Amino acid sequence: MRVTVIDYKAGNLTSVLKTLKHLGAETVVTDGDLSLVESAERIVLPGVGHFAATERLDATGLTGAIRSAIARGIPFLGICVGMQWLYSGSTEAPEQLGLGHFPESCTRFAENTEKVPHVGWNSLEVRPGSKLLAGVEPGEFVYFTHSYKGPVTNDTAAITQYIEPFAAAVERANVMGVQFHPEKSGDTGLKILRNFLAWQAEVA
Amino acid sequence: MLTKRIIACLDVHAGRVVKGVQFVDLVDAGDPATQAARHAREGADEIVLLDITATHEGRRTLLDTVQRTARELFVPFCVGGGIRSAHDAEQVFEAGADKVSINSAALADPSLISAIGASFGAQAVVVAIDARRDPNAADPVRDAQVYVQGGRRPIGRTVVEWAREAEQRGAGEILLTSMDSDGTRAGFDCELTAAVSEAVGIPVIASGGAGTVAHFADVFARGKADAALAASIFHFGVSTSRSLKEELARAGVPVRLPC
Repeated sequence: MRVTVIDYKAGNLTSVLKTLKHLGAETVVTDGDLSLVESAERIVLPGVGHFAATERLDATGLTGAIRSAIARGIPFLGICVGMQWLYSGSTEAPEQLGLGHFPESCTRFAENTEKVPHVGWNSLEVRPGSKLLAGVEPGEFVYFTHSYKGPVTNDTAAITQYIEPFAAAVERANVMGVQFHPEKSGDTGLKILRNFLAWQAEVA
Repeated sequence: MLTKRIIACLDVHAGRVVKGVQFVDLVDAGDPATQAARHAREGADEIVLLDITATHEGRRTLLDTVQRTARELFVPFCVGGGIRSAHDAEQVFEAGADKVSINSAALADPSLISAIGASFGAQAVVVAIDARRDPNAADPVRDAQVYVQGGRRPIGRTVVEWAREAEQRGAGEILLTSMDSDGTRAGFDCELTAAVSEAVGIPVIASGGAGTVAHFADVFARGKADAALAASIFHFGVSTSRSLKEELARAGVPVRLPC
């Protein structure tokens, strides 16, 4: 099992790579070698930091290569900013377009008495039918650290409550994203990553 | 619901976990990688490793320790001690840390906060503040002072003001240690923690003084802490994070359970 991990120079990849290897995956990292995306069996787009950093995906041609891989049915997982990039964009960097696989935009948490960023362990309300989150029981906790989030829509695979309900996970066929950090979410996170590594298209 | 975090802290000296009272009389408390894995297994929400006697010669030892500790750890992992530059921070991240904690280096050069944040994200930068109340001030809590050198020397800044500046410069969290309470097991400084937590919009981790479950409940309620750090309560089999969290849950504190 080989996983192509996209490096767009936003945060460090060590934790994600270490965890994928722990689960038995072979990892290759690319920051611009499109052939590694073209030959990918699975793709993970990690990311912490600012949405503007995804500009590098456009500049290197990775955006187009990922779009083609997704169209070929390659399983794709975006983590944190990597999930937000699947939407049209984010108010964090309005001039920077996302992939637009999901038409909505990401927005900042509304200001109220709660702190922003949302940092810590919060629970998941998993929607029926999610393959990525199969086996995650109601109320299992995962680790978040973010100030922007995607809206709850028909593509939402799990909802988390903080200030307002938001998309903790998004999933449509082979395209999946998690706002939390599965590589930092203990046994629950490992279970979710195992599901991703085992993901197979439905045979018609 | 967002839960209150219980963070296990390992003070490390020359590759070993140690514990002392107010930074003196150090006692050996085991191997960092083994201890970190045990804390994670026993329900800690996060692990902090502080190299308390960081020296130039000790950097390689620390990086080896971080790498060994991170290998089988799947909860957030923060490392502090001796990080004086963005390059130091980068090495610690590459060794497997998710966050770095910076203290005196940030005071000496506050731009270090934004420099690390620019490359690794604000969530990866924890600014640690060693604080003492100022008994001579009109308001000893609001005027609590920032200390350096293991709590020996005041730097001439108030804790609240420095915490605000750290946030403005892009810190992701504040790790607030009460030097008055540290190692006493007599309870956190809840008034000081609340003053800082109310002054900033980023999470505040309370540290120093944990001795009983009630102390934790108190610092989450009265102290408005988002997380609490403990070293001594977990060592030598006094308690586990899981049993601590089970008791906190009974007291109405939202915690990650089961864990």
